Parts: sequence; C-alpha cells; structure tokens
Amino acid sequence: MSTSETYNYKVVRQFAVVTVIWGVVGMLVGVLIAAQLAFPALNFDTPWLSFGRLRPLHTNAVIFAFGGSALFATSYYVVQRTCHARLFGGPLAAVTFWGWQLIIVLAVITLPLGYTASKEYAELEWPIDILITIVWVLYAIVFFGTIGKRKVKHIYVANWFFGAYILTIAILHIFNSLAIPASMTKSYSVYAGVQDAMVQWWYGHNAVGFFLTAGFLGIMYYFIPKQAERPVYSYRLSVVHFWALIFTYIWAGPHHLHYSALPEWTQSIGMVFSLVLLAPSWGGMINGIMTLSGAWEKLRTDPILKFLVVSVSFYGMSTFEGPMMSIKTVNALSHYTDWTIGHVHSGALGWVGMVTIGAIYFLIPPLFGKRELYSTRLVDAHFWLATIGIVLYITAMWISGVMQGLMWRAVNPDGTLTYSFIESVQAMHPYYLIRLSGGLIYLTGMLLMAYNVFRTIAGAREADTTIPAPAHAA
Amino acid sequence: MADFVDPSWHWFIVIATIVSLLACLWLVLANRRSDSDSVEGEPTGHVWDEDLRELNNPLPRWWFNLFLITLIFGGVYLVLYPGLGSFPGVLHWTQLEQYQDEVAEANATYNPLFEKFMSTDIPALVKNKEAQVAGERLFANYCTQCHGSDARGAPGFPNLRDDAWLYGGSPEAITQTLTNGRRGVMPAWAGALGEEGVENVTSYVESLAGRDVDADMAAKGKEKFNMLCIACHLPDGTGNQALGAPNLTDDDWLYGGTRRTISESIANGRNGVMPAHGEFLGEAKIHVLAAYVYGLSKNN
Repeated sequence: MSTSETYNYKVVRQFAVVTVIWGVVGMLVGVLIAAQLAFPALNFDTPWLSFGRLRPLHTNAVIFAFGGSALFATSYYVVQRTCHARLFGGPLAAVTFWGWQLIIVLAVITLPLGYTASKEYAELEWPIDILITIVWVLYAIVFFGTIGKRKVKHIYVANWFFGAYILTIAILHIFNSLAIPASMTKSYSVYAGVQDAMVQWWYGHNAVGFFLTAGFLGIMYYFIPKQAERPVYSYRLSVVHFWALIFTYIWAGPHHLHYSALPEWTQSIGMVFSLVLLAPSWGGMINGIMTLSGAWEKLRTDPILKFLVVSVSFYGMSTFEGPMMSIKTVNALSHYTDWTIGHVHSGALGWVGMVTIGAIYFLIPPLFGKRELYSTRLVDAHFWLATIGIVLYITAMWISGVMQGLMWRAVNPDGTLTYSFIESVQAMHPYYLIRLSGGLIYLTGMLLMAYNVFRTIAGAREADTTIPAPAHAA
Repeated sequence: MADFVDPSWHWFIVIATIVSLLACLWLVLANRRSDSDSVEGEPTGHVWDEDLRELNNPLPRWWFNLFLITLIFGGVYLVLYPGLGSFPGVLHWTQLEQYQDEVAEANATYNPLFEKFMSTDIPALVKNKEAQVAGERLFANYCTQCHGSDARGAPGFPNLRDDAWLYGGSPEAITQTLTNGRRGVMPAWAGALGEEGVENVTSYVESLAGRDVDADMAAKGKEKFNMLCIACHLPDGTGNQALGAPNLTDDDWLYGGTRRTISESIANGRNGVMPAHGEFLGEAKIHVLAAYVYGLSKNN
C-alpha cells in the first residue's frame, strides 16, 4: 500500500547542488590563503584579498556554506525517508533554503569588506546573526515537525543526532552572539575578558562537536548502512555513545584556553571531559566501520562506500588526536602551532568532507531520476585525489607544527632562545608548499565532482518519489 | 586559584562535575549489565525506509574498558589537581607557581652568565667576543621583530647600524633607552598649516637636508617652520636628542625620505614606541645588550 503523497525532494535537490558549489568556492579560498602563507605577496596589497579577511571567509564557506548545506540536504532527506512523511511546514523548507543562501551571500560580501564581530567561526555581524537565528528556528520547526508526524514508532538513530545538532547549535549561536550593536555594521560582545574567551570556546568547540560531529554522524548513520546494504552494527552502542557524546562535548571548550587567564579549575574540568570524550566518539566510528562486516568486498568496487568508510577512519583518528592534544603537557607543545591546523583539517577534509562527498554522490541520481552517476570512474578518481590531498596536508602540518613547537622552546646554554621567531617562519616554508599542493589536489577532486554532478543532472527530470507505507516490524 | 564571588559556586561546580562523571559511569555500566540479554547478530526488529535495520550487538568489551579507564583517570586527576571548584587538589599545583618556579630556576642557572660582564664597561665589552655573542642572541630574541635581523630597521623603526641617534648613542643613553623605553611624538600639523602650508614646510625641510627645492615654497615654509617646528627641531633643524626630535639635516629618515612621507609626517604626525625592557630582562642582560647595540654602530 502506498499513498499518493510525495517526499519533498525539491529542497533536498537545491541544498545538494549548492553543497557542491559552495564546496568548490570554500576550498578555492582555502587554497588561495594557503598560497598566501607560502607567498605573502599573493595578497596583492589589496585589503579585501588579505589573509585576515579571507581566512574567516574560508572557514565560514566550508563550515556553514558547504557543511551547512550538506546537513540541510541530508537531514531533510533522511528525516523524510525514515519517518515515511513529507517535510512538515509546507513552504517553510523553501524559506530555510533561500534564507541560508542569503546568509552565505551576505557573508561573502561582508567578510572581505572587513566587517567582523571578531569571534572565531562567528565573525558575522549582528544583523546577519539575527537572520541565522530566524532561519535556524524555521529549520527546527520543519525537522521536529516532520519527526512529529512520522509513520514509524521508533525514531531512527540518524535523527537523534540531527535533532541534537539542531537544538544545540541554536543555543550556542544565540548565547555566543549576544552583543550590543554600535551601528548596523559593528557590535560589541556582552562578555568581557576571559569570560568572553570562555564563551567563545564553549561555542567554538561545540561548533565542532555538534555542527561538524553530531550532524555528520547523522549522515554516517543513514548513508553507510544504506550504501553497504547492511544493518547498523549495534543499536545498544548507538544509544550509549549518543548520550555520552552529546553530554560530554559541551564541557570540552576550556581545553582551547590551557595555561591562560582562565581559572585552573575550568581548565582541568575541560581537559578531563575532553579525555572522557574519546570513547563516546569512537562509539560512532565502531558502529560505522562494523556495519560493513559481511560486506567488506564491496569496498573494492564501490567508491561511494570508500568515501564513507575512509571518512569514519579519519573521524576515529582525529577524535583520538583531539583528546591527546587536550592534555596540558601535550597542549603546551601543540598550542599555537600548525599541529592544530593539521588536526582540524584531518577532521574537516577527512571526516566532514569525505562523508559529505559520499552522501551527495549517493543522493544525486535518485533526486534527479537517474539510476546512476554520469561516471563511477570519476568518483573513484575523486576518492584517490581526496585521500592523497588529505595525507599531504596533514602530514605537512604535523611535521611543521611539532617543529614549530620544538623551535620555539629550544634554548641556548645561556638561556636565550636558539631560534628567533622569523627563523621558525622560514623553516615552515617547505611544509607550506606541501600543504598548498595537498589542498590543490583536494580541490581538483571537488572540481571532478562538480563536473560529474553537472553531467549527471544535465537534462535530467526532477524526480519525486511517492511515500511508501512503513514496513511492519518483523 | 578560583576566586568565586559567592561560595555556593564552589559547591555548584563540585556537585555538577561529580554527578556528571557518575552519570557517564552509570550510563555505561547500566548498559553493560543488560548486555547479557542481547545476542550477537540479533536484529532489534525495527525497520525504516524499506530496508534500514539495526542489530543489537553488545558493547565491545575493549570499548567499554576504554570508557571506564578515561572516567577513572578523570576522577583521579580531579583529586590531584585543581578542578573541583576552589578545592586546590592534593598536589597543590598551580600554573602560576609552575611558572614562577621555572623562571627562578632559569634565573639561577643563567643570570651568572650575564652578571660576570657587569664589572666591564660598555666600550670595553664591545671588544669582548663572548659578550658580543651573548648580546647578539639577546638581540635576535628581543629586538629583531622591529629592528630587523640585520639591525637596519624598517620604516618607523630606527636603523641601529648608522650614526643617527634619536635619543643619543652614548652607552648611558642606549642603556636608558633599553631599560625604560621611549615614546616619540610628532604632533599633527595639518590643521594649523593647511594643505598648502604642509607642502611649503615639506619643501623647507627637504632644503635642510640639502635637496633642490622650489625656493619660493621653501621660503614660505621657513616662516612656518620658525613658528612651529624650532621648539623641538631647533632653528637649524639639527634636532634635540633630549626630546627624541630627529636631526632634519642629515638626510636620514625614520619614516622614509620621499617627499610624500615627509609631508605625511608633518600633516598627520607620528607616534613611535620603544617598549621598556628593564623589568623583564634585568640589569645584567640590558648591559650586555646595550654593549651589542653600541658596537653595531661603532663597528660599522
């Protein structure tokens, strides 16, 4: 028995296509600023091309434009498919699409012009912050409204993670962005001094924890079992690691402020909970990888599955590295070095990037009424380009980061520093070139993806699927 | 150390932290206990989206142990180190004390290496190779960011290898500059002079440095110069080291010697800051560093 009502695929199609476009744009800006670090003259003495303005453009574009659009696309798709219900709220979903795109365009204009609230990953000024809040509340209404009208009693695990991410990001965004406007383009944070720093990193680390982790675990929990055609490894593990993860992440922010004016008790608690976070994070990795047991041979032939599984491996690696870097004695070496940049990118390019790419490749054919992508060989080529790009990027940053840390603390027999700061900068140069080449290779992969997606959807009809009746529990 | 405005915050933090760690412990233990009724490879029976199913496999043993170990580590850490509100931890460790201990240890080890030069005066230290090597290292650590690794300066930051000294190049003056820092202020004259006045004074200042300029403009500029500039730069333009007012006759320019940068200096003024290093480096290191800087201009 099936009803004549269809899923709302239009908004998923829109978000899926812009994910690819914003991915190319955000990574292109990333490659440009990586080149500027190796060759500073590439800012052409132009203020709006300078590193300080383009760096927030890069982070906002890859996190909120690329990652955000991917989360909208996948959460809207998954919540409909696993609830057997069309998106709640009629035109609201379309409002979230155009609202989110408007926010991105405003970011692309205001950040290079130098308008900034000067909070990392929350640079946009207050009028745009208010717009984000409105769009986000509508997103929550659409998502939870759909959950509310589901035809299946149990809520699928992917939706727990999507739900936790939507709720927590709302709280984080609102409290971190509280500011007193001085004009339409300038505001001042309501928090002062170390409290401002603490709120900033409570937000900043949970932007990683909820936006870039919980949200993307939602993607992982739907697309890996679907693509592998295997059941999720352990329901019990997903329950335990879900609650442990969302509960523990919120404490971890202070590890960004070790050995600072932040009170010691706050630093210690931040470090302890960062270490406790290891097992809950790995719970997701185990569930992702073990879901493949019995289907390992598919990895040889299915590049989409390769993307998904390798992304989970990078997830496991960076969620091991993170707790280690939160230990004070390790942090004393790693903090303020390129090691942090390497860590972030093993998460961003490896985990977030690859799971997104895999999910979008999965989605494009059914959304456009095709049986398959234009070219599977191009997907395979993309997979290898992405993997090689990441490996070059993160190994270059590990080496240069540890080298920086060691050079900064090296002392002569008379107690003076062995290296002046500029000598450490010179020593970075070859690694900045390797990082640049890694980024270029990763970007090349994204261009292949854009071409492949474009060829797949060119001339395709927009496919809408009627909603099937839920299967009866066995 | 934690400074709470109200002691109830201490208890809030203690209770919230301990309850949270115990809640994690309960979560993992409770699920481990009920693991006995789950069978490896058995599905839960839930089905979504036609073919999405899940198994109810027990928690992997090693994962369960890993979780437990991190919770135990966390508990032990919070007993040893400051974390539970204003409880200082049984080790009584603080980051301030760690810093002070490390500084004291470094001072005890390294200060004698510099103090031995205190009895030698600066001109004599210039000829002491060991002191010059030590001075060069201090210079690389603390001075190169502004004055450049070759000590030739940058716009706004004096060249230390020439004979032009804003505040004097005697050993005493250099020691004074390093110890207490300097603040150079050139006021902005755009308001008082007007656009034309700025251009005229610029011509006169260029003529002081021996450049060919429009004589008419320079003459007009001289009138204004004599009213506004001579208090610091003196009637002959040779400057005043007591004030840090530069000599304008030597064609050596702190902010660049093009006509445009000179007229910018006159119109908008300049603010130069040399930070004080006395408290932070101590007398002995200042002495060695002063000898190195003194030697830079003497050896050139």
